[in-house]
Amino acid sequence: MNTLPTVAFMRRLLRRQLLLALRSPVDVANPLIFFGMVIVLFPIGLGPDPVILARFAPGILWIVALLSSLLTSDALFRSDFDDGSLEQLLLSPQPLYLSVLSYVLAHWLITGLLLALMAPLFAIMLGLAVQAIAPLVASLALGTAVLSLVGCIGASLTVSLRRGGMLIALLVLPLYVPVLIFGSAAVQAAVDGFSVLPYLAILAAMLSLGIALAPFAIAAGLRIGIDA
Amino acid sequence: MWSFFHKLGSPPWLYSIAGTILRWLLPITLVVLVAGAVWGLLYTPPDFRQGNSYRIMYIHVPTAVVALAGYYVMAIAGAISLIWRMKMADVAMRAAAPIGAMLTFLALVTGAIWGKPTWGTWWEWDARITSMLVLFFLYLGVMVLYDAYDNKEAAGRACAVLSLVGTVNIPIIYKSVDWWYSLHQPASIKFTGESTIDSSMLYPLLLMIVAFYALYTCCLLMNMRTELLRREARTGWVRRLIVEEGKG
Amino acid sequence: MTATPVATPLLTATDVTIERGGRGLVSGLSLQVMPGEIWQVEGVNGSGKTSLLRVLSGLSRYGYDGQVERAVPLLYLGHRSAVKPLLSPLENLRLHPGGEGDHTDSDIERALAAVGLAGFEDNLAGTLSAGQQRRINLARLYLSPCPLWILDEPFTAIDREGVLALEQRFAQHAQAGGAIVCTSHQPLNVQASVSRLSLDRERAA
Repeated sequence: MNTLPTVAFMRRLLRRQLLLALRSPVDVANPLIFFGMVIVLFPIGLGPDPVILARFAPGILWIVALLSSLLTSDALFRSDFDDGSLEQLLLSPQPLYLSVLSYVLAHWLITGLLLALMAPLFAIMLGLAVQAIAPLVASLALGTAVLSLVGCIGASLTVSLRRGGMLIALLVLPLYVPVLIFGSAAVQAAVDGFSVLPYLAILAAMLSLGIALAPFAIAAGLRIGIDA
Repeated sequence: MWSFFHKLGSPPWLYSIAGTILRWLLPITLVVLVAGAVWGLLYTPPDFRQGNSYRIMYIHVPTAVVALAGYYVMAIAGAISLIWRMKMADVAMRAAAPIGAMLTFLALVTGAIWGKPTWGTWWEWDARITSMLVLFFLYLGVMVLYDAYDNKEAAGRACAVLSLVGTVNIPIIYKSVDWWYSLHQPASIKFTGESTIDSSMLYPLLLMIVAFYALYTCCLLMNMRTELLRREARTGWVRRLIVEEGKG
Repeated sequence: MTATPVATPLLTATDVTIERGGRGLVSGLSLQVMPGEIWQVEGVNGSGKTSLLRVLSGLSRYGYDGQVERAVPLLYLGHRSAVKPLLSPLENLRLHPGGEGDHTDSDIERALAAVGLAGFEDNLAGTLSAGQQRRINLARLYLSPCPLWILDEPFTAIDREGVLALEQRFAQHAQAGGAIVCTSHQPLNVQASVSRLSLDRERAA
């Protein structure tokens, strides 16, 4: 009787999530397309004045990235709940804390990281200062990881509910506030020529706290959802 | 000690003890509330800069303080119901949410009313007001989540988890919003600096805060009694209670 | 897998009472599942078979009174088969979220052959029929090292040959010292003693 090492199991779950994402590329592309579409709405709504757009660019880019991440978190556990995979995960002898972390990691790789990598394109379109582009990518990469953790809490608490979509936004958006503040401030600092490291350090601190605590909430939420 | 916990788990006992506490606490609360309000509104000197408009502070500050504390009351009740599976803690959590949301709403409204003479606008994106707004949404989230579950036991547990997540986040949100405000605050209207408050204004304020805590407790107990009756509507003790009330 | 020398129960339920929506489904049920035993839970629709199995497996942690002790790792197969249409049968089992054992690809292929899916290993599960998708899940009965099986309607959408093969597998598992608790609407035709637990009587009593 070979038992499966936990690390191997985590890698297995990660591969499973990534493979599923790869097999439905449209689902992966959707948040990125959404990101691009909403960015386009800002020049239309605010007017094409490059000075105004450049001034608001850090905030716009961060808010839209945040919404894209939010939109995808709802689906994270949904199909696993519907087809019974979640029951199997909860009954698994493996530690749920770590299993949940691999789900979060998969979510971040599929949405957060891709959004961060796509962001420079839209940043240039909005006229963001060139020296702020690398900080934008770095702050998004770190910040969206926190968003994934928090979003997964919302997803786990609403997994058994039919009307999850709107509800998860209400649960999760207030919790996104600190990430938005420091994420957009990092970009703004880079625009103004200040060091971004303090901001990235704060985002990293939030990420550490999130990794330490969020999986407990997610695991509890999943157990509640399965039992409801 | 154990028998106390045992009793705490018994709905009829909790219902009656809450009633007894209310019989004493409610009149005291009203007296303190009226005393604090009269003292604050009539017997304190006007502020040298804000004139009389600052007096709304005697409502605004207590509601804000108790609204924040109320979130912790709700989360602690939620944690107790999660860990020890105590149903009465679940009742308390459920009862605490709407009161907290109401107080937060009052704090926002009084803040807006105070803002008009002070800043010249109904709404200023001030750090405290913004944090209050976020707190309001946190409360709404808990209430909406509870409503969304058909299985009310699961709803209680989900809300307990959510409010615990909220308690971890509230200090972070408050600190970030504070910092955010100091970053964006235009220099011309900077007057959140260390403003000292004269003791002649402070004492009635403290009295009002005490009064609001008492008022909160009263509302919580009343709400818990209602919630208990709703949950236990089909049990014998509620039927007996109705019959007795009918006679009395 | 060998039978434990001293027979200790694999699953013990003591005084289990289940209520759903204010309706009592199971009251005061006590049950000991010993190695080599097969238990068939019977009852009309809505009698609480699934609820009972979820309590026994540990999926339901609330909404019941009494104690349930599981002495060994268990395999639970529910109504929903945890099969991803976008993964092939091989991938479904290789990357299964159950995570109870480490299987090589040849193990998995052997298990898939045993449930009649030889030749379909690499087709996406979504292209297979409903019965074949159920069989992907049932292949775990040939893979899992868990001594205790809790199976909710394992024969749904399975043809007659499939049922025969499964019944053989049940007997084999019981002989090897494993135990099975299952629900099924048709009588089990197994070369082993089957104990019955009727929830209808349970409720009437």
